[in-house]
Amino acid sequence: MDSFRDKLIPVTSIVAGMVVLWYVMAVILNAPFQRDLDTRANETPGTVEFIGKTLAQPKPTLPAPHQVAVNFFENTFLRPITSSRSLVYNAWVTLSSTLLGFAFGTALGIIIAVGIVHVATLDRSLMPWIIASQTIPILAVAPMIIVVLAAIGITGLIPKAMISTYLSFFPVTVGMVKGLRSPEIMHLDLMHTYNASPSQTFWKLRVPASVPFLFTSMKVAVAASLVGAIVGELPTGAVAGIGAKLLAGAYYSQSIDIWSALVAGSIVAALLVMVVGIAGRLVDRAMGGRPA
Amino acid sequence: MTGISPAVVAASKLGLTFQTNDGPVQALSNVDLTIGKGEFVSFIGPSGCGKTTLLRVIADLEKPTSGTISVNGMTPEQAREKRAYGYVFQAAALFPWRTIERNVGLPLEIMGLSRAEQAERIKRTLDLVNLSGFEKKYPWQLSGGMQQRASIARALAFDADLLLMDEPFGALDEIVRDHLNEQLLELWGRTNKTICFVTHSIPEAVYLSTRIVVMSPRPGRVSDIIESTLPKERPLDIRETPEFLAIAARVRDGLRAGHSYDD
Amino acid sequence: MNWLKPSWQAVLAIVLCVVAIALGAMSKPEAAALADPAVSINYPYLGTKGVMLGLAIVAALVSMIRIPSLAEAVVLFVGAHLVAWLLISGIAGFEGTALAPYFLLLTAAWLLGWRCVAVLSGLRPMASSARNALRLIIPAIFGAWILIIWEAVTRGAGIPFILLPPPSAIGVRIANSLPVLGADVRQTIFKAVIFGYVVGSGAGFITAILADRVPFLRRGLLPIGNMVSALPIIGVAPIMVMWFGFDWQSKAAVVIIMTFFPMLVNTVAGLAASGHMERDLMRTYASGYWPTLIKLRLPAAAPFTFNALKINSTLALIGAIVAEFFGTPVVGMGFRISTEVGRMNIDMVWAEIAVAALAGSVFYGVVALVERAVTFWHPSVRGG
Ligand SMILES: Nc1ncnc2c1ncn2[C@@H]1O[C@H](COP(=O)(O)OP(=O)(O)OP(=O)(O)O)[C@@H](O)[C@H]1O
Ligand SMILES: [Mg+2]
Repeated sequence: MDSFRDKLIPVTSIVAGMVVLWYVMAVILNAPFQRDLDTRANETPGTVEFIGKTLAQPKPTLPAPHQVAVNFFENTFLRPITSSRSLVYNAWVTLSSTLLGFAFGTALGIIIAVGIVHVATLDRSLMPWIIASQTIPILAVAPMIIVVLAAIGITGLIPKAMISTYLSFFPVTVGMVKGLRSPEIMHLDLMHTYNASPSQTFWKLRVPASVPFLFTSMKVAVAASLVGAIVGELPTGAVAGIGAKLLAGAYYSQSIDIWSALVAGSIVAALLVMVVGIAGRLVDRAMGGRPA
Repeated sequence: MTGISPAVVAASKLGLTFQTNDGPVQALSNVDLTIGKGEFVSFIGPSGCGKTTLLRVIADLEKPTSGTISVNGMTPEQAREKRAYGYVFQAAALFPWRTIERNVGLPLEIMGLSRAEQAERIKRTLDLVNLSGFEKKYPWQLSGGMQQRASIARALAFDADLLLMDEPFGALDEIVRDHLNEQLLELWGRTNKTICFVTHSIPEAVYLSTRIVVMSPRPGRVSDIIESTLPKERPLDIRETPEFLAIAARVRDGLRAGHSYDD
Repeated sequence: MNWLKPSWQAVLAIVLCVVAIALGAMSKPEAAALADPAVSINYPYLGTKGVMLGLAIVAALVSMIRIPSLAEAVVLFVGAHLVAWLLISGIAGFEGTALAPYFLLLTAAWLLGWRCVAVLSGLRPMASSARNALRLIIPAIFGAWILIIWEAVTRGAGIPFILLPPPSAIGVRIANSLPVLGADVRQTIFKAVIFGYVVGSGAGFITAILADRVPFLRRGLLPIGNMVSALPIIGVAPIMVMWFGFDWQSKAAVVIIMTFFPMLVNTVAGLAASGHMERDLMRTYASGYWPTLIKLRLPAAAPFTFNALKINSTLALIGAIVAEFFGTPVVGMGFRISTEVGRMNIDMVWAEIAVAALAGSVFYGVVALVERAVTFWHPSVRGG
């Protein structure tokens, strides 16, 4: 907790500094357009009034923090959550495919990792490709997956979840391979002296040893999964979801909408990573982990 | 193998060569050794002389490249499959995610004992090493000496007649070490187990053993075997007696001979 | 039976071949020809069917004889790939007409390839050059079989072109569209990615040093940086497009934002990585902040910084391509992908993806090479 207080003041002051900077930038960036408007309307507002106006444009270049906050609040709490403009609804659309894809991706990643650890042939042939494929901008295939699947009649949740699956299984595979290989030689020798069967060694030694690795990689995977779901919403022509809100905002230059969708996406991401982190900590505690 | 041998461990012309990237390393050569039931045999020798390797061969963790070895009249592999021995490593090697009692219960789980039987044996062996009351603790909540005792309890839990111990007290301070030595002797006296014990300490070897095997390196081999004339009852202060010191001197001479061979 | 060493792959391959022979026709035209011998129908594998089946069975049988592993691998390699090649080249002109025996034979060939990889994986050559060669050959065979199966299945089963074009078609498309692909690479990689990568990583690096100098800044920035790394930063793309227009500048801005934080977080961690003993040593020399930084702490941080550079190489490509989905001039990899997807020119999309994959690997490889040259002293490099 000590380190928490240590960080609290610096973090809050930097965040405060960023908010101030944001306001300044908003005034500066929105000023030219406001001046345009004023000359056209033949108005000569005073400085304070002018600054007030730059912070209250309907489609500002850079919306002020309070504009984003108000928009976010309205679209989150004041709209019925069934409305397609509700951020809760859109966040849920994205979240559901994120979670589905993340669950599949984690399961797939674990299965592949188990295969790689146990089958030498897979280790030598598949593992190099998995490592190499991390250098590839996989997200580029997202539109194709969506459109091709739509062509054979699969739309909605599944295609997006597939992209999330795809993005989240890489980190889990790599992490789990590391984790399943993490037991010390001495522990493996110990199991050998007990004449333990391979499945006993697997369940009693390799699996528990891999748990910390699993949760570390799941944090990366869930963040990747969310990005996959958001990008997966782009090519569908902006139906629903946070990605769709971003795209719609871009079409209609609704900058405030874009920013509040971005805030919503960030909150979802932070929550997801936090939930995985807490789950990891709980499991670690249950397994006798030393409190840090 | 002919007939039933009374020897617990019988090695003859045993040799082991590791193939490494820098060429072969002869870790053991021409080791002849017989260990009878109920003996307490210490292995002592300079670093790299093959003590650990020899123990690992007995435990079927390493395969010899020449010669023969039998454990309880069987091959080491068969002996391992029959769970004929408990092995104590240099470090405690407890699983950090298991409590002490579940660590001690690990071999019992693997051997498929019933829950009641497991609980009973865990209790008995933890009593034996004076760790009662720490059942629910995790390894990191125990001191190094207690962890090492827990790992000995784990090796004792399934009642194997042979204990293989590789520098089990190497990382502990002198006082704790004395204490554990006493306890180990007491346990050995009570259970009539056969113990093979690797150490770097001459007093420890002399204090504990009925026989001391002195080894020398490059290639690893047995250079001397010293019978101890000390009685089976050994209080700690036996280490000041002339008899004890005489044996210690012989061991030291044996070790020196091995070293000078090097130069 | 000491001269036999059966493997499940070879046995299964033989069984599959036998079943394929029993089932008869490999393709619909062949079935028609068999049904009506009077009319002469042209069908695939007129002369090669026996050769293929025979080859597969012989290779499987030979592989089970106790011969040196290397010889076994060569036999399997030649057998499996010859069968696959005959199978794929034979179906040309008869796409979509394959029957079950075609796929059985393909599976048999694949099993032989699998067995070949398994044998090679079991080899433990002493020479390090041979070991390195194996490290390349084994995954190469695996990758080749993905392409072979992809090609054989898409053509044999006649999978519609717009769903999944065969790799050969993608290859042809790449060869025919080099100017377009080149222009896209120039737009996306040489303008947006490189510029954004250099500026973003550089800014992250400088901020890290600043944060290191000012502990208050470090304590505040590090948690923020860690959190931001988990956020879907790619979402700033539409904002950047609004601010900087459709051309590459907006993509570079996205890349800058995406690469900034990983560099910041990693370099700050790296600057804390130099040992206390070394730092105390520098103090005994009365070395000031900057000499200590340059002589000790930056070199010690290099592995961390390079780690960030590697992460960023992928992030930069992703950022630039995805940002183009939000609007571009009529050139660029992301633009090409999204428009060609719309036109159902899936082979062009695959071509673009292949180029992106190649670019990503080359980018990463270059960074890794520079890392090796700069951090040659680090254990992870020395150890090979
Ligand atoms: N797995 C291995 N591969 C290659 N060489 C090995 C291996 N294990 C041991 N050796 C070599 O065999 C020799 C004997 O090693 P061993 O561990 O048995 O020595 P030791 O007597 O137990 O030494 P210490 O007292 O330091 O524990 C050493 O030279 C060592 O380098
Ligand atoms: Mg040793």
